[in-house]
Amino acid sequence: MGLRFPPKVLEHILSFIDSNEDRNSVSLVCKSWFETERKTRKRVFVGNCYAVSPAAVTRRFPEMRSLTLKGKPHFADYNLVPDGWGGYAWPWIEAMAAKSSSLEEIRMKRMVVTDECLEKIAASFKDFKVLVLTSCEGFSTDGIAAIAATCRNLRVLELRECIVEDLGGDWLSYFPESSTSLVSLDFSCLDSEVKISDLERLVSRSPNLKSLKLNPAVTLDGLVSLLRCAPQLTELGTGSFAAQLKPEAFSKLSEAFSNCKQLQSLSGLWDVLPEYLPALYSVCPGLTSLNLSYATVRMPDLVELLRRCSKLQKLWVMDLIEDKGLEAVASYCKELRELRVFPSEPDLDATNIPLTEQGLVFVSKGCRKLESVLYFCVQFTNAALFTIARKRPNLKCFRLCVIEPFAPDYKTNEPLDKGFKAIAEGCRDLRRLSVSGLLSDKAFKYIGKHAKKVRMLSIAFAGDSDLMLHHLLSGCQSLKKLEIRDCPFGDTALLEHAAKLETMRSLWMSSCFVSFGACKLLSQKMPRLNVEVIDEHPPESRPESSPVERIYIYRTVAGPRMDTPEFVWTIHKNPENGVSHLAIK
Amino acid sequence: MEKVGVYDELDNLKATELRLGLPGTEETVSCGKSNKRALPNNTEKEIESTGKTETASPPKAQIVGWPPVRSYRKNNIQTKKNESEGQGNYVKVSMDGAPYLRKIDLTMYKQYPELMKSLENMFKFSVGEYFEREGYKGSDFVPTYEDKDGDWMLVGDVPWEMFVSSCKRLRIMKGSEVKGLGCGV
Repeated sequence: MGLRFPPKVLEHILSFIDSNEDRNSVSLVCKSWFETERKTRKRVFVGNCYAVSPAAVTRRFPEMRSLTLKGKPHFADYNLVPDGWGGYAWPWIEAMAAKSSSLEEIRMKRMVVTDECLEKIAASFKDFKVLVLTSCEGFSTDGIAAIAATCRNLRVLELRECIVEDLGGDWLSYFPESSTSLVSLDFSCLDSEVKISDLERLVSRSPNLKSLKLNPAVTLDGLVSLLRCAPQLTELGTGSFAAQLKPEAFSKLSEAFSNCKQLQSLSGLWDVLPEYLPALYSVCPGLTSLNLSYATVRMPDLVELLRRCSKLQKLWVMDLIEDKGLEAVASYCKELRELRVFPSEPDLDATNIPLTEQGLVFVSKGCRKLESVLYFCVQFTNAALFTIARKRPNLKCFRLCVIEPFAPDYKTNEPLDKGFKAIAEGCRDLRRLSVSGLLSDKAFKYIGKHAKKVRMLSIAFAGDSDLMLHHLLSGCQSLKKLEIRDCPFGDTALLEHAAKLETMRSLWMSSCFVSFGACKLLSQKMPRLNVEVIDEHPPESRPESSPVERIYIYRTVAGPRMDTPEFVWTIHKNPENGVSHLAIK
Repeated sequence: MEKVGVYDELDNLKATELRLGLPGTEETVSCGKSNKRALPNNTEKEIESTGKTETASPPKAQIVGWPPVRSYRKNNIQTKKNESEGQGNYVKVSMDGAPYLRKIDLTMYKQYPELMKSLENMFKFSVGEYFEREGYKGSDFVPTYEDKDGDWMLVGDVPWEMFVSSCKRLRIMKGSEVKGLGCGV
């Protein structure tokens, strides 16, 4: 037949395909489709910075305009990955500066970014527009200043929960007077005070500014004057709300908010006193997103606020909202899609937490569009899980953290196996699942069997034996990321299902019973996986059968990484370390 | 259900055993299911677990990274609480090699020797003698702290009050890492 699409036609068709998953499929069809696709891909996503080399990426996608990179494993958020593990941005930035100088957007999560990196970005990409750093570390406000000073068309500068060496608030003054392109600025994680007059001027000359997230050092007075400069904001992160309540201050604040007619998202609100909340009432009816998770406000005041938020789709709040408050949310916030309830006392010692499983049950019953849940609670019941699964089969993300490790159903004293079975079976579209509480291997049999679309699974203090891991790795067809801590499984299941690991992005295991010998064997069997043993005591100094502290396994086409610190063992560092007498099937 | 495995080096194994207990203690701390985690057993079939009712007894030690709340969030809530309550200045204490951290209230001590003694009791170690020039001598362990600027300092160099107001957390370092602090090890 010999019918072939002229490349131009194919290019045109591909320009309608945004999803990288689809583009990945397209590139597998044949060589010419691979070529056309790679030459037209503008937005590149690398979920694990060690899975592929920077050179390979810049070579394959010459028209790259936007790069998203993720570094450290998720459990690094909870201090389970020692400092110095890796995730360095520099090799990527260096490669892109050399080969992809028309890069416009960089988004990084959990990576080590230095001032040198930021200076290089500022110097190398003429039309740089977007920098978003989430949970990154390694840089100071000097690096931010370089970006501000040099990137003339900067639209987005967002520092989300980064650890920044704060050398003062001067960085803000580095935005030149000619800078008018800002659309979004988020410096909420910085400590130092910035000059309000500088910020006011910047905001006033940025007519496209839609999102502004201040740090706690910005006072209420500062907030008022900023709101006056930018009434067109759609997203606002306030500074600190802690100030002496003066009547004039209150009415000024109220007025400033009431002029922000397009405000849809509100966050910050550190130390907000309940007496100030009424100043927000005017914006409530328009809010779709509200983050009260740093506001130590209690239930009655919260309800007064929330009952006015009829359009709310996303709510982040602390357990101070109590079951009663969530009951109110269920009746007033009918558009709710995402709920996150954080612990006000994130300690095991915490007592008097006023929230039970009932709160989540209320919301599951009342909010039909609810699809994403993160819920911290001391204890839970199977009955509650049954109800949640029955009422909300449309759940896409369900992360339950029962704070008490090994806590059974407190009404029946049974494990929560049946409850999570109901969730896995009932919520067919579940993509992300975190389990907790007392769970036996049975729970994982159910999850392996029914959770067909789950891509990310997090497990802590659960299971009885190797069967747990066996069920998960032989089931869970869509599993991409598995992270496990403190579970009593060992080598057998891991080695038996080694092939599955190549279909996943990564597997994290810490404080389990996997032996060093098994790690070595796995490394040898599976050359396309990087098997990292992260152990503060060198594993070679112990018998092969002794368990290692942490293992991080990920598929890669980049080969072994060269930047491992001392406490990371890989077989490539010790090639003579063959497998000895440990005979495992 | 304690099964002795086929391992020769039982002592070594016990030393590296993963369990929720402080080094030097034999019982597992509070969190239940103590017998399940005694020894790894690869050939074990499904164990019926019908309701472990061992709920925790006070006081609970901290488990690293649990509950899974980001440090950013933890720091933001806790500092606010300490400031508002005005009582107690709790800082985390970690010790190299210990599976989890503890917390102490610095306002409970009046001077360095008291603090040292308390730490020594808590973690079952001894810290040697402090010299102004050389730091701590006579022990593998060195007490350090993170100050407000994020730098790691040797405990004992500054006046006590200055230490209490600037100390964010403590870390008892051990072994080879200690050399960098100029201690006679």
